Amino acid sequence: MSKKILLEKASIPGIKTYEVYRQNGGYASVEKALKSMTPDEVVEEVKASGLRGRGGAGFPTGLKWSFIDKKSGKPRHLVCNADESEPGTFKDRFLMEYIPHLLIEGMITSSYALEANLSYIYIRGEYMWVYKILERAIKEAYAAGWLGKNILGTGYNLDLYVHCGGGAYICGEETALIESLEGKRGNPRIKPPFPAVSGLWSNPTVVNNVESIAAVPWIVNNTGAEYAKIGIGRSTGTKLISASGHIKNPGVYEIELGLSVDEFMNSDEYLGGMIDDRPLKAFVPGGSSVPVLPANLIYKTANGEDRLMTYESLSDGGFATGSMLGSGGFIVYNDTACIVRNTWNFSRFYHHESCGQCSPCREGTGWLEKVLHRIENGHGREEDIDLLWSIQSKIEGNTICPLGDAAAWPVAAAIRHFRDEFEYHVRFPEKIKNRDHFVNEPFEKVRHLVGKQTV
Amino acid sequence: MERLHIKQEINITEALMERINELLSHYPADKKKSALLPVLHDVQDAHDNWLSVELMDKVAEILEIKPIEVYEVVSFYTMFNQRPVGKYMFEFCQTSPCCLRGVENLMDYTCDKLGVKVGEPTADGMFEVRGVECLGACGYAPMMQLGDFFQENLTKDKIDQLIADCRDNKVILHDK
Repeated sequence: MSKKILLEKASIPGIKTYEVYRQNGGYASVEKALKSMTPDEVVEEVKASGLRGRGGAGFPTGLKWSFIDKKSGKPRHLVCNADESEPGTFKDRFLMEYIPHLLIEGMITSSYALEANLSYIYIRGEYMWVYKILERAIKEAYAAGWLGKNILGTGYNLDLYVHCGGGAYICGEETALIESLEGKRGNPRIKPPFPAVSGLWSNPTVVNNVESIAAVPWIVNNTGAEYAKIGIGRSTGTKLISASGHIKNPGVYEIELGLSVDEFMNSDEYLGGMIDDRPLKAFVPGGSSVPVLPANLIYKTANGEDRLMTYESLSDGGFATGSMLGSGGFIVYNDTACIVRNTWNFSRFYHHESCGQCSPCREGTGWLEKVLHRIENGHGREEDIDLLWSIQSKIEGNTICPLGDAAAWPVAAAIRHFRDEFEYHVRFPEKIKNRDHFVNEPFEKVRHLVGKQTV
Repeated sequence: MERLHIKQEINITEALMERINELLSHYPADKKKSALLPVLHDVQDAHDNWLSVELMDKVAEILEIKPIEVYEVVSFYTMFNQRPVGKYMFEFCQTSPCCLRGVENLMDYTCDKLGVKVGEPTADGMFEVRGVECLGACGYAPMMQLGDFFQENLTKDKIDQLIADCRDNKVILHDK
């Protein structure tokens, strides 16, 4: 069994309640930090831990904290990003649902480090029952004296509230999230200024993912140096992976970074291999926006090295032969899955979720969806494949926020690795009429036809 | 537009106003607008799950903001409805991980069973089927949102049971 930091206590009966959480060592990091450490010392521990943002970008958390403007004298805020919406990702929900006080403890200790006195957890509106769990847990924490004025008699004040969104993927982008928290549409802001200087209500603000904040209590209790011993190289600590698709045991797993993809996929402790023992066709390791990889690049990198669950190994080879750890949204496809259909589905998602501010994204995601839809439905043209490539290349890097890139990358990767499947759709429209076209006749069985016919 | 002519009875009860005031206390006194999204959820839940122009105007009045500031938010976020909807809204996640586990065929099954198309309430106003984007339950697919809760690892049998439970008034929609 690998080391558990976040979910170690999640299976204790009653751990959702304050009493049980406290009896099992909960809130110790708040006591330690507030009574024996300065805020900057807490920041230093998190820096030393090597913890990287668990929402997907992987930016070092301690470094992000060190950018917050403490000199201007403006109020500071910590905002927890619980707007988990990246397809394939459902880890934060698990953590908040089963061990809500861990997040609240992390929010208090982290807010102290940032010298913030008013902090929020922004949760997506669809997680309404989890919102209620957090709301009740926060009330318990207030009643027990961990929130409010003069916490533990140290003179530190903190108010913490949970705030729900209204259904918009874009609000997972930190400046859109701040806009939404201000009661506006979720339109990302142009950076700079970064939130660390001008965020919520123009005050210095740090936005961190749920999982990042939940790691802070362990780091404070055990030191950053101890945390940095877990994992490999610059991928320190543990990571929650949410696994879905054609695998035997879908769900949320806490792994030590550095576990091999092979072991994660096939051992009974984790995913248990493929459902019905069908062949593995492809996987997306880090949520829908990261590149899909074909079977031959999953367990081994292009250099023949073992592919590991780390930031570095999953991206080994760049986009040509690698992908990204991203949010840890691990989606597995067997031979019955259609890559064209999957790509169309993702493009529809990004088109639906584009906020509409930037033309390349607003228009480009719509074009991607339309062209992919006609290919998937048997009306594709040979030149459509190059058209898709052209559209995605004109979105990437040309938008205010990363949603444009997130929409472009899956299309590029699908064409890069599965071009023949697109060609099959264009050349054999009568064979793809049923949405389950590869269920009875997997692509492997008809691949040989592609080269024999051109339009 | 047709929906502008649909009347909605507005009833900001004492309990609802108390809840709104509690939500307002979470933000600085001069930042009432920040409470808009949480307030809209509670107001919509108390009004048959939709928001008429008149109701949005009322929310604007309570939060001391302009009506347009409410309209532009309501039209941006998917969870707010600007027309009457079925009482039991089956919101199926139709993003790829759910499709891999057969949600599309299950939606067809549900629509056939209820005799409706996606997005059209049943004649009695009891049910509506919708396709929505990723709900964050990919490992428990296929799934749907029903009120404040998720119904996961769905099968045809579970759909049948759920429809029967809704008809028998056994399904709780909101966690208040």
